[in-house]
Amino acid sequence: MIGLSHYLIVSAIIFSIGLVGVLRRRNLLMLFFATEVMLNAVNIAFAAISHYYNDLTGQMFAFFIIAIAASEVAVGLGLLILLYKKHGSLNLDDLASMRG
Amino acid sequence: MLENFLASLMTIEGFAFYLFSVLTIGLFLVTVMSKNVLYAMTSLAAAMVLISGFFFILGADFLGVVQLIVYVGAIMALYSFAMMFFDATKDIKEKNTNPALVFLLGGLSAVVLVLMFAGPIHSDAIVALYPMHEGVGNAQDVGMVLFTKYLIPFEVAALMLLVAMISGIILASKKMDDSLTEDLGVDEEMMIKDDK
Repeated sequence: MIGLSHYLIVSAIIFSIGLVGVLRRRNLLMLFFATEVMLNAVNIAFAAISHYYNDLTGQMFAFFIIAIAASEVAVGLGLLILLYKKHGSLNLDDLASMRG
Repeated sequence: MLENFLASLMTIEGFAFYLFSVLTIGLFLVTVMSKNVLYAMTSLAAAMVLISGFFFILGADFLGVVQLIVYVGAIMALYSFAMMFFDATKDIKEKNTNPALVFLLGGLSAVVLVLMFAGPIHSDAIVALYPMHEGVGNAQDVGMVLFTKYLIPFEVAALMLLVAMISGIILASKKMDDSLTEDLGVDEEMMIKDDK
């Protein structure tokens, strides 16, 4: 039988995959993808807890997380396009202009 | 242990759970490890479709549909439109100083975060704040709670989406008439050739 801990373990694995991605990526677009991975992992945990405790609060929070992710992508992609027009690259090493 | 695993694999729910979890973890690994932006984006979209499968197993039907429509339909479409502005065919070169350290740090900090937030929770003491009702569909239940108990957060989220939409339009449309690349486009080169 599949229990709550199964879902939480899967969610933790996916969250750590996203965290590794955030740490190792040097491209801004790929960093966005890694944050999406982490947000999805949290959504799985919320939905699982909501199911196993018979409570709707978890699903509500998952809805708001999806709304926040949508607006984050809209603003973030606008900023990325401006940055790409200005520098011609999305690599963080190329964009670091304040090197001492 | 192994017998439990095999027995749960025989049920529909267990089989779907293991299938979806293996596929999502694999696809997310491709997203994080791939050098090509297009591969990363497609595998991310596929994994999000499979995550909506988790929601359907868990009985959160409305959340699964929202995941499909908003995440796969809107967010990934936005990414693929933004891909037109960037050079997506080129492999990205990333200089990683110490990959093993990154994996160690990532795994360790994830474990620490889980322990920090999940450790103090005494799971027997949790009582349902807004319990689900028997014999009522999930969408109806969600609607009842969302439009009574969570009405103000819902309106604030709507306002936030409006602000995000306006800022996205303004940011992306700045200098829209300028060429993205310095060199001339194909059409202009052709015109110059014709002039000669």
